[in-house]
Amino acid sequence: MVERRPVMTVVQHLVLILGAALFVFPIYLAFVASTHTGVEVSRGLPLFPGDQLVTNYGTVLSDGIASAGAPPLGLMLFNSTVMSLAIAIGKIAISLLSAFAIVYFRFPFRILAFWTIFITLMLPVEVRILPTYEVVAGLGMLNSYAGLSIPLIASATATFLFRQFFMTVPDELTDAARIDGAGPLKFFRDILVPLSRTNLAALFVILFLYGWNQYLWPLLVTTDESYYTIVMGIQRMANVGEQQPVWNLVMATAILALLPPVVVILSMQRLFVRGLIEVEK
Amino acid sequence: MAPIAIDGVRKVYPGPVEAIPNLSLEIADGELCVLVGPSGCGKSTLLRMVAGLEEITGGEIRIGGRRVNDLEPAERDIAMVFQNYALYPHMTVYDNMAYGLRNRGVPKAEIRALVDEAAGILGLSALLARKPRQLSGGQRQRVAMGRAIVRKPQVFLFDEPLSNLDAKLRSQMRVEIKRLQRRLATTSLYVTHDQVEAMTLGDRLLIMNHGIAEQVGTPMDVYHRPATRFVAGFIGSPMMNFLPGRVAGDGRGVHLPGGWLLATAKARGHAGRPVTVGIRPEHLQPAATGTDSDTITLRTELIEVLGADTLVHGRLDGHDDTVIARLPGSLQVAAGDNLPLAAEPGTVHLFDETERAIGHV
Amino acid sequence: MRTKTVTFRHLWLPYLLLAPQLLITAVFFLWPASQAIYYSVLQEDPFGLTTQFVGLENFRRLLADPLYLESFLTTVVFSVLVAGLSMGIALVLAIMADRVIRTALLYRTLLIWPYAVAPAVAGVLWFFLFNPTVGVAAYALDALGHDWNHYVDGTDAMALIVIAAAWRQVSYNFLFFLAGLQAMPRSLTEAAAIDGAGPLKRFLTIQLPLLSPTVFFLMVVNIVYAFFETFGIVHATTAGGPGNDTVILVYKVWRDAFEGLNLGSSAAQSVILIVIVVALTAIQFRTLERRVEY
Repeated sequence: MVERRPVMTVVQHLVLILGAALFVFPIYLAFVASTHTGVEVSRGLPLFPGDQLVTNYGTVLSDGIASAGAPPLGLMLFNSTVMSLAIAIGKIAISLLSAFAIVYFRFPFRILAFWTIFITLMLPVEVRILPTYEVVAGLGMLNSYAGLSIPLIASATATFLFRQFFMTVPDELTDAARIDGAGPLKFFRDILVPLSRTNLAALFVILFLYGWNQYLWPLLVTTDESYYTIVMGIQRMANVGEQQPVWNLVMATAILALLPPVVVILSMQRLFVRGLIEVEK
Repeated sequence: MAPIAIDGVRKVYPGPVEAIPNLSLEIADGELCVLVGPSGCGKSTLLRMVAGLEEITGGEIRIGGRRVNDLEPAERDIAMVFQNYALYPHMTVYDNMAYGLRNRGVPKAEIRALVDEAAGILGLSALLARKPRQLSGGQRQRVAMGRAIVRKPQVFLFDEPLSNLDAKLRSQMRVEIKRLQRRLATTSLYVTHDQVEAMTLGDRLLIMNHGIAEQVGTPMDVYHRPATRFVAGFIGSPMMNFLPGRVAGDGRGVHLPGGWLLATAKARGHAGRPVTVGIRPEHLQPAATGTDSDTITLRTELIEVLGADTLVHGRLDGHDDTVIARLPGSLQVAAGDNLPLAAEPGTVHLFDETERAIGHV
Repeated sequence: MRTKTVTFRHLWLPYLLLAPQLLITAVFFLWPASQAIYYSVLQEDPFGLTTQFVGLENFRRLLADPLYLESFLTTVVFSVLVAGLSMGIALVLAIMADRVIRTALLYRTLLIWPYAVAPAVAGVLWFFLFNPTVGVAAYALDALGHDWNHYVDGTDAMALIVIAAAWRQVSYNFLFFLAGLQAMPRSLTEAAAIDGAGPLKRFLTIQLPLLSPTVFFLMVVNIVYAFFETFGIVHATTAGGPGNDTVILVYKVWRDAFEGLNLGSSAAQSVILIVIVVALTAIQFRTLERRVEY
């Protein structure tokens, strides 16, 4: 800061603390609600956590909320994990390969391949809902982990990120590897992928969040409850029409749905911030 | 160990840009040949063609008598040291040196022995577990050399290996490379733009300009008998002085600015035609008087005292370019003095209009 | 397009490497998108037995449909509010965090995690807080004299989804604003201070102009977010209600396809959405180019 003004500093901290509180507030109340009985919550929300934590979380994890037709949360959490891991790993794998092809080879239709990948940026699921659903249905991939993940793993962003990174890898390393007897695949495995580790990890964090937070896609391709993911499943509990939702259990579900990505983002904050800003470059 | 033969080699880049029109060179077994020239002269291209990193448009390259034009770099039994070392940043020193051996399927125990041996030679034994970023510039340079020698290849290729080091380290590593190459007696091709490196390291030099071999010869050859004006100007520091001259009508001498006449019969074939006269600064000596016709008078303008030597910058009558003389440090001279100078016999070079050497006087 | 000067030579390997990416792109992106375009010029009879080519009829009908136009307007209002609110709050917080250098990282940690919360989950959280019977926020508003009920009041419903969408997006904007501010050479503000500019003036004349590419970039990103990534918020909370007051375009295209079963109209809506994304992406890339020059 250019000059010292104690009053300003105090104001700044106040604003920031207020901001942070504003962000934590909904989560805190959700947590409080998730530790009381349904009756207590509906009478007016207490300000401090209650003693129903184990009971409530135990109920949702093992039984789900039967009245709302949602499966046990344990299963939905598992589905979410499978889906987001498959999406993150799948996107990274196929994008690494395509970036490698585009950067390190010269071949007919290279530019066409590049633009084909680029176009996916402009076609999010949201704009081609019905026909994509029909393709997945036609391939018999409804209600399957493959259907939940494979259609989402094409990635222009990841491809571009790796392409950009590969361009910064010195050519002399490639020369040295060739003299050391490494062909393209060996070079890719022994040199390029290990060098991409940081980018890879940063991207993994972002793509994991992307996969975990998918909503519309699982909604389209799953009708069988045993394939529900937690983020789309929660809607089944909250949106029960005219009735009041079972708030204490819905909030326990919400907490469980947001906990894994929040833990990932906070434990890998540096990688996440780096990745996010790189991806948008 | 093997000789290298470069036979009428040509390189054309798409464009088309002809980088090397036609170049031939034989390098004897165990010889260290330096490719030297200004940047963009094609020396790196030539080296990379020998390495197999660049396709050969025409001609043939043989290593140990075997045609290698269509062989992959790894199949040519060569090793290369790069300008930026090109060490694999994620591998330890040991792994950097072992990588090429592993790719060749050398047994583990043998790799261990070879790497240990190379590390011992280069003083890297204590650093084998380190990553490149934990090493100093000189150490990285040694690892790059280690990676080259560990395979005991037939040929070493050096692509400006010292240009990333500071001056002190550079001269130190220069000596080490020379010593190592003598010890291993491996045929070597060494690219540099630094003439000091070229002179001190090379058994022979190939001086390149615009993709053409200007001269091939020992360091003494190219210094004392430059074949072209380009070579004369490129080798030596400070640079050779060039004076415009005209061969006398009777062919018995060359007229120079300021009325100086260089008596020689070597330019007889060019009677009446312009020539360029070259004299190295270190070959100009103080003369007794300024009256002889083979003595030039320098109007001194600037004196640079180096200690052992003194560089005197000045001008001749009738000639605009600065002339430099390297004189003994004991000489007392001040800016503005008129200094009579004469050239040592046998050190004056004559170049014709095509810039080829006519003779040395 | 640039490549390496050093490349490998191989006849079929590059195609093999590209195959998975291109296959998925073709099957799940290009084919469905072309189908959307194809359906958008067809019309089915009410029993779904025959289809006929109708040219731009679907589009004409759509643009004459007050419900669609209303949905368009709803989406624009929603996007502007989300972008404005989340960027405004994020900018204020970023400026404050940038000035308390030592604790900036701590505040960053406290502020970034809502980005990890899925839009739908964020929606449910705020849905709970504003629940007219049990919600704390609704209760507080009641005390202030506003009878909040997003089940019957369209404005309240819109406010709910705007708050939920913006809450999550502040984190993202904050990160970019903070990065932008921290990338600015400190010597610039110092020079301005020596020239006698106070903190506010320094911000308005030095930092904000230098930040303007970031502002523009975030504006596009936020509009894309509000247009296309907020389906979950609407679907999990208001379900478009009350009435059609919170039917954003993406929600409408889904509802028309899966609940209304109106194939031609839904396809035409898809095509319009594609045009919007293409336009926004183009703008985004233009600004990126400018940002790079910077």
